[in-house]
Amino acid sequence: MRTIDVADVTRNIREMCIEANHFLAQDMEEALRDAAQTEAAPLGKQILCQLRDNLKIAGEDMIPICQDTGMAVIFMEIGQDVHFAGGFLETAVNEGVRQGYTEGYLRKSVVGDPLLRENTKDNTPAVIHYEMTEGDRVRITVAPKGFGSENMSRVFMLKPADGMEGVKNAILTAVKDAGPNACPPMVVGVGIGGTFEKCALLAKKALTRPAGERSSIPHVRKLEEEMLERINRTGIGPGGLGGTTTALAVNINTYPTHIAGLPVAVNICCHVNRHAVRIL
Amino acid sequence: MSGETAKELRAGDYVYITGTIYTARDAAHKRMQEALEQGGPLPFPVQGNIIYYMGPSPAREGRPIGSAGPTTASRMDKYTPALLDMGLLGMIGKGRRAEAVKEAIVRNGAVYFAAVGGAGALLSRSVTDAEVIAYDDLGTEAVRRLEVKDFPVIVVIDSEGNDLYETAIEEYRSE
Repeated sequence: MRTIDVADVTRNIREMCIEANHFLAQDMEEALRDAAQTEAAPLGKQILCQLRDNLKIAGEDMIPICQDTGMAVIFMEIGQDVHFAGGFLETAVNEGVRQGYTEGYLRKSVVGDPLLRENTKDNTPAVIHYEMTEGDRVRITVAPKGFGSENMSRVFMLKPADGMEGVKNAILTAVKDAGPNACPPMVVGVGIGGTFEKCALLAKKALTRPAGERSSIPHVRKLEEEMLERINRTGIGPGGLGGTTTALAVNINTYPTHIAGLPVAVNICCHVNRHAVRIL
Repeated sequence: MSGETAKELRAGDYVYITGTIYTARDAAHKRMQEALEQGGPLPFPVQGNIIYYMGPSPAREGRPIGSAGPTTASRMDKYTPALLDMGLLGMIGKGRRAEAVKEAIVRNGAVYFAAVGGAGALLSRSVTDAEVIAYDDLGTEAVRRLEVKDFPVIVVIDSEGNDLYETAIEEYRSE
């Protein structure tokens, strides 16, 4: 049994909220740089260069990459041999978010009640996903999620007979409907299988995968590659103003499912696909 | 911006805006709509002006504003035709607009610009001054008067109803 003080969790999450909103992970930065080289549309190229400049300014001047610094989505992968001491873990996580957003000049974009819509003024609560793992480590992923792209995400409860073609159509439909609204070039996170809520979670987690990393399952990897190519043929392009760079990556996660179903979730993220990871 | 200028702009034009613009997004539009219904005044004169759909991140000391990129315009579609009919001349946002908004743009000789979504740090450099002028309690969603210099935008929907999102995407589509 290893004991972790929840104050360490708070301190790390505070720093990770600030880090993720000012510095894009290297994989995303490289993907944007490569896209600027290959983009066919002159305006698209210009926009990709602006996005590259934007990243530089964000890091140098400590201005968030995007004003929508997101709702804080946090994955807590907790080794089963860990014991948390010093307080309630969930309170500690939210305290880290509160400190990060209030002290880090990040935008407070959370309303306390979805219908009454009063801003909580400190960006809490976070959306926290807990997962038990082996061992005595805690892996924390902070992925602030902007809602321009979140609003364009979809869940499709397909039938088994819809098969592979149905899945491909679902992904293309979501991307085309999102179009210019989701701040392309996008990263497309897809969850296939499980249940209604499981596929959505798979899709969300797929967005935290490094942009250049492909699925280890051969037919899933093939699907990722085919969908990336087809999405980039839609013409949507950078900023939705036409071009050959509509997505930077398609990341697909799968899970076993029921004999009667084929759930597919498409979680769309803009090019500001933020994720900071630390292991305690 | 004069009415003549707005009418001359064409979808696809790259434009740099210098002068005064006003920010308003979801919650501010809802309040402005309620003010109109009750016959009350709006927080700024819409006639001849430009609204920027934007809610900034907080400004650090010594800076006018934090990150300041556009938000999705379609969420304001419900409120927009009434404002255009009152003389609103321009809007800056990102993403598609509803048919009713396009019709109101044509009817009133207005223009819809897009700024690059997700480039909030870069765009903040074109904002020289910012002041909350109404609905302070809405935080980031308050109405702000911005002074901008060479603020880069692209004309997406012009006064003839041309829509760059439709034409440019078609040009690069190879499905």
